[in-house]
Amino acid sequence: MKDSLLALRSFFVSIRLTVVLLVLSMLLVFVATLDQVNLGIWAVQEKYFRSLMVYWTIPGGGLAIPVFPGGYLIGGLLLANLICAHIYRFKLTWRKAGLQMAHAGIILLLLGELFTGLWQRESFLRMDQGETKSFSESFHAVELVIMDTTEPDSNRVVAIPEAALADRPAVQHPNLPFRVQIKTYYPNATLQMRAQAVAEATASVAVATMGAGTQLAMIPLPITYKHNERNTPALLLELSGTEGSLGTWMASVQLGAPQSFTHQGRTWEIALRPKRYYHPFAMTLMKFSHDKYPGTEIPRNFSSMVRLRSDDGQDDREVLILMNTPLRHRGQTFYQAGFDNNDTTTILQVVRNPSWLLPYISCVMMFVGLLLQFGQGLAGYFRRRKGLSTAAAS
Amino acid sequence: MKKYLPLIVLALALIYLGSTLREPESRPPFDLTAFGRVPVLLNGRIKPLDTVARTSLLTLQGRQKVVTPDGSRLSPGEWLADVLFYPEKADTYRHFLIENGEVLDLLGLRPEDGDGGKRFAYLQLRAKAPELERQGRLAEAVETPLRTPFQRQVITVRTRVILFLRLKASVLLPDSADTHAELLALQKELPLGTAAMQAQGRGEPHDAERIKTMRTLANRFAYMEQLGYLRAVPPEPGNGDPTQWATLGGVMQESLLSGKIHPRALAYASMGDAWRKGEAERFNGITRQFHDELEGRYASAMRKSDVEARFNAAGPFYSSMVLYVIAFLFGVGSWLTWADSLRRSALFLLTLAFVASTVGIFTRMWLEGRPPVTNLYSSALFVGWGAVLICLVLERLHRNGVGSVAGGMIGLATLVIAHHLSMTGDTLEMMRAVLDSNFWLATHVVVITVGYSATYLAGFLAIIYILRGVFTRSLDRATSDALMRMVYGVVCFATLFSLTGTVLGGIWADQSWGRFWGWDPKENGALIIVIWSAVMLHARLGGLVKERGFMGMAVFGNIVTSWSWFGTNMLGVGLHSYGFMDSAFFALVVFVGSQLAIIAISALPLDRWRSFKAMV
Repeated sequence: MKDSLLALRSFFVSIRLTVVLLVLSMLLVFVATLDQVNLGIWAVQEKYFRSLMVYWTIPGGGLAIPVFPGGYLIGGLLLANLICAHIYRFKLTWRKAGLQMAHAGIILLLLGELFTGLWQRESFLRMDQGETKSFSESFHAVELVIMDTTEPDSNRVVAIPEAALADRPAVQHPNLPFRVQIKTYYPNATLQMRAQAVAEATASVAVATMGAGTQLAMIPLPITYKHNERNTPALLLELSGTEGSLGTWMASVQLGAPQSFTHQGRTWEIALRPKRYYHPFAMTLMKFSHDKYPGTEIPRNFSSMVRLRSDDGQDDREVLILMNTPLRHRGQTFYQAGFDNNDTTTILQVVRNPSWLLPYISCVMMFVGLLLQFGQGLAGYFRRRKGLSTAAAS
Repeated sequence: MKKYLPLIVLALALIYLGSTLREPESRPPFDLTAFGRVPVLLNGRIKPLDTVARTSLLTLQGRQKVVTPDGSRLSPGEWLADVLFYPEKADTYRHFLIENGEVLDLLGLRPEDGDGGKRFAYLQLRAKAPELERQGRLAEAVETPLRTPFQRQVITVRTRVILFLRLKASVLLPDSADTHAELLALQKELPLGTAAMQAQGRGEPHDAERIKTMRTLANRFAYMEQLGYLRAVPPEPGNGDPTQWATLGGVMQESLLSGKIHPRALAYASMGDAWRKGEAERFNGITRQFHDELEGRYASAMRKSDVEARFNAAGPFYSSMVLYVIAFLFGVGSWLTWADSLRRSALFLLTLAFVASTVGIFTRMWLEGRPPVTNLYSSALFVGWGAVLICLVLERLHRNGVGSVAGGMIGLATLVIAHHLSMTGDTLEMMRAVLDSNFWLATHVVVITVGYSATYLAGFLAIIYILRGVFTRSLDRATSDALMRMVYGVVCFATLFSLTGTVLGGIWADQSWGRFWGWDPKENGALIIVIWSAVMLHARLGGLVKERGFMGMAVFGNIVTSWSWFGTNMLGVGLHSYGFMDSAFFALVVFVGSQLAIIAISALPLDRWRSFKAMV
């Protein structure tokens, strides 16, 4: 028993393990880089880095077999190896301080990446000039919302997240006077005029009896991973009140405006839209600027002049967000990410990452640590040289 | 002789460097030097015509040398003057580089018609220009990575022809036998034409014939405005906005409304007339007038424009290249004979080459107002510069010629790479908004580039070790120990800089688009360099490799670094793919092959190493 524990320990602190894992990680990163040409950055991250194993699908067979350790496995083992070796070989001496510090920096960096993967939330905020928004929207996730819009100045919203839609649930909610039954759900689908779809027989025409969907058909598409395309989910849902079915609606991200109907004297709206994250403050785009270098189309700068007002009245100020100069406010960071509509619409990337500071700390630790370590080596070399030359002289 | 050789070499090299600083030769009686310093606005910055001439030539034909059909050699300035003012002559110059047989067939050309079998004149391909346009448009519809060599070359040649046509449309009126005479005549007629147009606008009686003439003129000016390449007309005094520099076609369009021809347009036309008629006095006078006008208003831009023209003429990187070659040869020579004398000569040469490169890099930094590395071209300059700097330190410490040989080799290689990268045009480019941050350019980019320098240097030192060890008897114990220490030290240095540079890059990414790490190909490339450095250090520490194995690994570092530096840009995906170049792919493959061969050689058993035979 003791022997096997010792063997386990020497396995985890061994420098051979470090070398093997490093070489494996190099291969992984290299192959993943090549595969980006086929899969795009997003899918590559899922397949190679955010996985325990990299699977290879046998062509034609559809059977996936693990062929290589994935990022989480290599990274996890490397982290274990690093921490074990760190503890096992830790000695508080001046000579070792640099190395210890550099390796502690790497541990912090790896942990920081892990935390980022767990906690980071990216969304975007798209505003036309003059528009005010207090929420940002998800790049990938969608939500089904059913809103009571009867009151002119406040809406009551019930949102069902995308993850729940795929199970085609039946939802009963205290804020809704009816039950919601998801009947069909496609993670990616396009819309076509129903008459045309019937004529071309491109889709099995599932029927919506109410709203815009009565004219349309959903055509399911394969899920895309390309970085310049996004999935556009679509679904059919049925609402039923106490006296039976109210009808079937179609909802899709491709439908621009929400569909409204009245029920028991109140106005309701249904929409499938990018998932929203509400902030305790509102932003208004005052002006978007897009400067170019004279006589060229090369962009010189993009910037958004934004008015920021918090709900609690603490803040009311104008901020300029530009390339390389983001706004950090209440745990969120707003970056100038893009523009649209002839330079009258700005797109800000909104990132919440509680662990954003870790890489900064680890960078300093690694730099100082390595500098200390190699500096000592260099100093030792010069001392020896001096010793040699004085010896030669005497 | 042996004793004085280093001093003689030093003196000769100094004379050579000094000779490049002479006031560039001006072909009397025309003051082409002054002409080359006339500033225009192009691609977002004010630059001298000399730079326009040189970068246009590089884009058109991959070199700055022009030979006329009658065999005389033109300076870039003379060539540009002919293109702008004397297109009948310029049409006969063979300055279109066409390197693809199918494209030659398309244009109805035979290699034997061309200069060196691959450079052709506009006159030769004019007849088939519409066909080139058609094929070019077809090819452009295809995604870049999927284009065939034919399609790529069609697009390149079409771009070259368009550049030439745009240059030609900068000054001279289209379909005019004598632009100057026409403008002079127009100066008298124009007020009447403008009056007629205004009358027509008010619905009053007007001369219909004049209106028709004005319409034709408007079309011709519009052609010049749309196609014209140079923005040669500065805004009115008092207007400092650089976006207001206009083309000659643009100001002539305005003259239709104002009834007055812009003096700049007349001046350029007169300059062209003088050039065609060989009236140097008038030509030089107008050039001087341009200088005097702009001197007060754009003092700093004019000073930069002057320095840039001088910098172009001096060509410090070319001089460095020459000196690096000689330093390398002397260094290798020192291992065979005259050890001390040749070694010192090599060190002198390497130092001078380094000084010339340094001056060049600093001049570029001053011209651009930027840190040293802003694009792929300047990264090549800087990788070489950093490596040579470390070599100078190593040579100072070890005094065994190794530093000079490695420095000469890397200095030359990186400058050759830079030369090929300069073919795309002006290397002092404007920075795209995302990259426009001097702070990060000065930290992340510089640090990571020094990391490249060090990794390459370790690789080249290892190559010296392997080749000397296997093929010569000159690798004695002392030298091999010294080389091992050098490679190890440089790898440590490389680790420090690659790691810090990579993490700084992550921090920049976090600052500018909110992700510390995005698995972008360039980021991955940098990460692989860091990991490989770590592998080397740990493998050595753990005793997995000894001296020769460590050298082989260092050579593999060359492959890893080349992949990060160039290979990732060839993938054409991600935010970093700013320098997509497929022609370099072949070169990269050859380089990787050569490095693998050297690694294979390093794996030969000890008794095959000539230097170590005696020890076995």
